[in-house]
Amino acid sequence: MSSLPNRKSFRHGVHPLEHKEETEHLPLERMPFVGRYVLPLGQHIGAPCRAVVRAGEKVTRGQLIAEPGGFVSTSLHSPVTGRVVDVGPHRQGNGQLVPAIQIEADPYSSQQFRERDPVDPFAMGVDEFAASVQRAGLVGLGGAAFPSHVKYKLPEGKACERLVINGCECEPYLTCDHRVMVERPAEVVRGVSILAEKLGARGAWIGVEMNKPDGIDSLRAHLPAGSKITVAPLAVKYPQGAEKMLIKAVFNEEVPAGHLPLDIGVVVNNVATMACLTDWFDRGQPLIERALTVAGPGVDRPANLIVPIGTPIRDVLRHCGINRDTRQVVMGGPMMGMPLATLDAPVVKGTSGLLAFTDNMVNHPTEYACVRCGSCLEACGNFLNPSRLARLARAGRYEELEGAFVMDCMECGACTYTCPSSVPIVHLIRAAKLTIRQRKAKQG
Amino acid sequence: MMAGDPRLLLQSAPFLRRGITTPRLMTEVIIGMGPVILAAVYFFGISAIFVMLATTAGAAGAEWLLGPARPRGRTLKDGSAILTGIVLALCLPPGFPLWMAFLGGAAGICLGKLAFGGLGQNMFNPALVGRAFLQAAFPGAITTWSAQGDIGGFFTVRASNFAAPFMQATPDAVATATPLGLMKFEHQTTPLTDLLLGNTAGSLGETCAIVILLCGVVMAVRRAFDWRIPAAILLSVTVFSTVVWAFNTEKFPAPWAMLTSGGLLFGAVYMATDPVTSPVTPRGAWAFGAGIGVIVVLIRLWGGLPEGVMYAILLMNAATPLIERVTQPRPFGRGAIEHE
Ligand code: SF4
Ligand code: SF4
Repeated sequence: MSSLPNRKSFRHGVHPLEHKEETEHLPLERMPFVGRYVLPLGQHIGAPCRAVVRAGEKVTRGQLIAEPGGFVSTSLHSPVTGRVVDVGPHRQGNGQLVPAIQIEADPYSSQQFRERDPVDPFAMGVDEFAASVQRAGLVGLGGAAFPSHVKYKLPEGKACERLVINGCECEPYLTCDHRVMVERPAEVVRGVSILAEKLGARGAWIGVEMNKPDGIDSLRAHLPAGSKITVAPLAVKYPQGAEKMLIKAVFNEEVPAGHLPLDIGVVVNNVATMACLTDWFDRGQPLIERALTVAGPGVDRPANLIVPIGTPIRDVLRHCGINRDTRQVVMGGPMMGMPLATLDAPVVKGTSGLLAFTDNMVNHPTEYACVRCGSCLEACGNFLNPSRLARLARAGRYEELEGAFVMDCMECGACTYTCPSSVPIVHLIRAAKLTIRQRKAKQG
Repeated sequence: MMAGDPRLLLQSAPFLRRGITTPRLMTEVIIGMGPVILAAVYFFGISAIFVMLATTAGAAGAEWLLGPARPRGRTLKDGSAILTGIVLALCLPPGFPLWMAFLGGAAGICLGKLAFGGLGQNMFNPALVGRAFLQAAFPGAITTWSAQGDIGGFFTVRASNFAAPFMQATPDAVATATPLGLMKFEHQTTPLTDLLLGNTAGSLGETCAIVILLCGVVMAVRRAFDWRIPAAILLSVTVFSTVVWAFNTEKFPAPWAMLTSGGLLFGAVYMATDPVTSPVTPRGAWAFGAGIGVIVVLIRLWGGLPEGVMYAILLMNAATPLIERVTQPRPFGRGAIEHE
């Protein structure tokens, strides 16, 4: 364990301006219902789900509309009461056409979610628990959207000793996890207790960066006496929310490269996912809405919103007063998020934020030659040599790249952020990793 | 409310930048050199300004004329050629003929940088290449040190500054030996206070130890360069020269004299820290600095020259790729054994 209990962190990393002041004090509010919802079938990592409804069918809020297409896949539910109008291709954020279910909301419906009686997760077997979570359509809400039940169903011979809950929210601008911790601490803590119990963990640690003191306090105030849960305050640093960096920060242990946290007996989950776990077991509400932050100078009324999954991004941005200066809309955080090609795309389960950026923020400085200043090495939490990776990637020297551990890169972008010469390091690395994977696939 | 959607720009993450650019880093170093430049002007009068202008013109001119980029002169904007010019001037003697200074600046950029493919590709510090070129071409002029203020007032220009090209430069009437020269060839020591305050003969920028040291500390705190390099150099010179001195305090100079005389401080703070020609790896920076320190002491005590900073840095520049290869960081989650 770290010898400095109050300044825990991983080594290296960067300190971008936080830009959280704008939204961190704004309570979560509900996004009003809109006319039409779009639910892509592949909004999680893994196999897409299979639609079980057809155009014309009536659906109610919370009703299953698509079932898992495999083990690494999850369920999908209607976010509104209304009518299915289309099951077919729809444009998603990156501009690609993907299969999606479109639902028209019933304008006369109260859109009240009909709760069911609580079920007791503690009475379930482990497999039953995982299956139940899959039925809830739960995924990691941090942004990666990895189906949660996959993490909860431990493979043979593996045990989860320690559960780590990610409350870092290390991306600038985003404050929705922060708000969940402040406003829904009881649900978060209950979710953590359930999960720790079901996984058989000897303890749970909620890592929260110290720029959220009210989040830390409210979680602590809801810990029952003698609880196995610890709230671990962490120094503020990017990318602390990356699983392996978080584990390093909390336990000062390194997950071996090429391995999963579970290989050292750790499971990591996002803090907002915990509140949804509680909603599922206590009220029967599947993942049909999520908290997200809308911010950036391109919107006049930044907000933390609870948005039904499937709401078109255009509607969310209009609700927040998108203005004419907007030049770029990013889904997720500004360090690892995705630029949107179209505002027709919907909010999906992994959407943690919508950021509207204006002119002065999208014009990055011109690129200069790498002056070998070493900043990128000191930014890289993975202790790679990003300047060398960028050079090799430009030259297309893939064997050497692999020897330089390019595949260890978590694509956090800290190197590009810090580079004084504006070398698009992580961009080059991403492209090189893709090529290497494709080559492997071809050979294999 | 807007009519349509904005025309969305697609770039890839990250969307934020630290906001510190390479030209800004170069400017920071030039500003960080300001007090040293002022000290040079204070001690050596207007000649110092002339020499600096001549080298900078040579360096910038070469970059503009022969730089790789189109439109012409784009690479001037990164500021590195100007930095090279100023650094070169600061390691020349004040009475140095201006035409030679100009040539030195141009040679540094051409041979030291452009020949390798421009900024970031060069192996040797361009300013030092310029200096080495001058040393080889004009060995007489470059070792003619005049004492400060010895020729009247501030505005008095040293006659040798305006020696005509390719004529024999006539050394100033009052050529003076530098502290290191005195130390080496005449076994004479210069008082420490003189060394610290710059009350000695020497190159433009290398005489006033205190100013250089303070600037170095400020720049290190501001992260304008890798603080490990000067730290390693000073540490290794201190350790090595103390050991030698302890053997024979009569014969060998004291460590403090070693640290404060000649171009050591200037070289450690402004030349060895050139990021392009020093290792990027943190452990490599330590090795690089330590190597320079050892070579400086070796040359000064046992070599044929009174001063070895230039050769020490150039030698370690050459060793940089090798140092880097063996000091790559240990990737997160990988044991030392797995690392080829
Ligand atoms: S931060 Fe940029 S300029 Fe500095 S070493 Fe890395 S790639 Fe080169
Ligand atoms: S090399 Fe990869 S892991 Fe390292 S800082 Fe860059 S993006 Fe992050």
